[in-house]
Amino acid sequence: MVVTTSWYLTLAAILFSMGAVGLLTRRNPLIMIMCIELMLNAVNLTFVSLGSELGDLGGQLSVFFVLVVAASEVVVGLAVVVAIMRRRQGATVDDLSVLRG
Amino acid sequence: MLDLVWLVPAFPLAGFLILTFGGRRLGEPTAGWLATGAMAGSFLATAGAFYDLAGRDLHDRRSVTTLFEWVPAGDLTVDVGFLADPLSLTMCLFVTGVGALIHLYSIGYMHGDADFRRFFAYLNLFAFAMLMLVLGDNLLLTFLGWEGVGACSYLLISFWFTDEANASAGKKAFITNRIGDWGFMLAIFMTFATFGTVAYVDVLDTTAAGTVATSTATFIALMLFVGAIGKSAQFPLFLWLPDAMAGPTPVSALIHAATMVTSGIYLLTRVNPIIADAADWVPTLIAWTGAGTALFAATIAVAQRDIKKVLAYSTISQLGYMFLAVGCGAYVAAVFHMITHAFFKALLFLGSGSVIHGMDGDQDMAHYGGLRRLMPVTAGTFVIGWLAIAGVPPFAGFWSKDEILAYAWNESPLLWAVGLVTAVLTAFYMTRLVILTFFGRHRYADPRPDEVEEAWASAIAVAEEAVVAAAAALAAAVTASEAATDEPDVAEAVVAARAAHEAAVLERDGIVASAGERPELPALALYGAPDIGPVADRLPDQVATRSDHHPHESPWTMGLPLVVLAVLSVLGGLIQLPFSTATKRLEGWLEPTLFGNEVHLSVGTGTLWVLAAVAVAGGAVGILVAVAAYLQRRVDHRAFEQPILADAWRFDRLVSNFMGGPGRAGFEATANFDSTVVDGAVESVATMVKAEARLLRRFHNGLVRTYAAGVGVGAVGLVVWFLSRTSF
Repeated sequence: MVVTTSWYLTLAAILFSMGAVGLLTRRNPLIMIMCIELMLNAVNLTFVSLGSELGDLGGQLSVFFVLVVAASEVVVGLAVVVAIMRRRQGATVDDLSVLRG
Repeated sequence: MLDLVWLVPAFPLAGFLILTFGGRRLGEPTAGWLATGAMAGSFLATAGAFYDLAGRDLHDRRSVTTLFEWVPAGDLTVDVGFLADPLSLTMCLFVTGVGALIHLYSIGYMHGDADFRRFFAYLNLFAFAMLMLVLGDNLLLTFLGWEGVGACSYLLISFWFTDEANASAGKKAFITNRIGDWGFMLAIFMTFATFGTVAYVDVLDTTAAGTVATSTATFIALMLFVGAIGKSAQFPLFLWLPDAMAGPTPVSALIHAATMVTSGIYLLTRVNPIIADAADWVPTLIAWTGAGTALFAATIAVAQRDIKKVLAYSTISQLGYMFLAVGCGAYVAAVFHMITHAFFKALLFLGSGSVIHGMDGDQDMAHYGGLRRLMPVTAGTFVIGWLAIAGVPPFAGFWSKDEILAYAWNESPLLWAVGLVTAVLTAFYMTRLVILTFFGRHRYADPRPDEVEEAWASAIAVAEEAVVAAAAALAAAVTASEAATDEPDVAEAVVAARAAHEAAVLERDGIVASAGERPELPALALYGAPDIGPVADRLPDQVATRSDHHPHESPWTMGLPLVVLAVLSVLGGLIQLPFSTATKRLEGWLEPTLFGNEVHLSVGTGTLWVLAAVAVAGGAVGILVAVAAYLQRRVDHRAFEQPILADAWRFDRLVSNFMGGPGRAGFEATANFDSTVVDGAVESVATMVKAEARLLRRFHNGLVRTYAAGVGVGAVGLVVWFLSRTSF
């Protein structure tokens, strides 16, 4: 059995959908950040697989950018989560809708 | 010395600053002497600059001293600089000279006033603004001074602001002047748009070279004329000047007679090349406005009883003469009359102030009369001022007025006729003023109409009380007789009480009847004490007190300026005698500033002699008629004092009614348009944005997952859209 590029792409699509559904359904901020990571890495997987399929180094290069952005996003996101949790124990993101219009 | 010309306005400015921030130690009379010293210093600086300039060649007599750049704004750069040329220095000489005398006079006049220091601070500030107006080397700096003198005029008219009338007189002056200032501002804008600069030197040289379109010059000249009308109180904007007399008399002399009100004539003389380039009807309009105002104001002055009102209308009338001269192209004659008028009108105002001071603030000439014995210095100098303004040779006013009339004849005999009639009226009303004030019967202690009114009221009240008392006595007697019917004494007492009551009623009815029939008291009892009938012994105490107290002569600080101004009013004509070019000193001196725009008389010497003789004869007629009416009782003076004249042809009321009626409706319609249409447009835009926002805020619910869903749906939508456009 040959593992073709479409396998990777299918796996990426499944991972992305899991991340998206998790983001939309869960209310725990920590879980939501993990879901975002899942979606980002699903995209990374498509970059890498298509990059090797097409012989283009640009795909792998993009992954590094995405990783850097994801890392900084997690730093900020976790800091926000910690700050919120200190103030209100067990808060969900829906409890934080005070900035609504 | 010419580069030190900035000292001229610097002295009064320093005086103002010291007086404002100097604290309470500068009280009376230190503050007055300080202010007077500042003006004297300014006068000396002017004199120095004057001699420096006079020593130069004829065509080198123009010096611009720039202190610093004031407004650097793109193409527009305006400097604070001083233009010293014959015209501005002539103005400065009499502004500072007459100003210093009036400052000195004020020390005596304002004696005992609680706000002594504030008064002198304002006077110095005024002098500074006036000198900036005159010396400024561009239109904008002149405008700064123009507004400055307006503000000082407002502050000084309402100097005694606790009185409602004074405060509103100040407001009236300020608001009326805004109309003129509007014209001035438009002229400045147009000048900048045309020439790219507002500096006099560039503007006037360019205009004199004849490169300006007639329509542009017409517009600028017309707008400057509107400004001049406001500041110099010409028809129809003269309304504020008579009310401006609410200020202290030195203010009336300095600001509303000698200096500020002449700045309109100064401005028009300054820009004479623009007027020369304007359409022909502009000078004609100026001349007729001046002549019309001169005649109009002179007719009003005839019937005024307030001494300062007479002088105020006289000032308007004399300013009209100056506009007449400007309109006829006789700029030298206008400046000449401006100088002599500054001398004799300042003298007359200060003299009237001395009279008012001696009369304890009473300004009604009906209460004067015979004051020449009590105030000899004031009377003597006032008579000189009277002869000068009435055009009696060889006093100063004769020469300047005669020159204007000659140029008016040169322009049009009709203008000359209006000027001549005005001259006759001037001689008449000034003679009337002098006779009512200084000659004839001493009317100071006469009972005044309101006091006689009071006496009648008290007589009626006393008679009424007697009736009530007699009625009470009668009632008591009747009660007593009913208690003891058989005693004859009691019955007799009732009869006596009834008779007394009837007598009291009769007397009361008599007094009430004669009160109803009594003759009306004349305002001016010229030839004998008024007959006030049976209530003579009931007059209020103040009438008796008045006859013990006499008007008094003023202190020397007030007398000295009067004497100096009287000498100047006699000799003022010497600066411009019409006999030869050599005696026309003022004309030769001003020539460099007039760019050859001075009109030359085309009438012969013989005609000029005849014109002068007619003018003198006219003045004599005016004087003689006034003498016949007010001193010799050959003519009834009431024939001249028509109520409509005393009411200033009801012009003031006409304007008030117009502004209060259609004017007010118009303003309200405008305000309504603003609040409904203009504000409505703005507000409905705001309402629309608010309604839109109310719809959109629902999507901003603060739930992060909703936003994420939005992003997701949007992304899917985009992908679907791209796929649908792609053909596989």
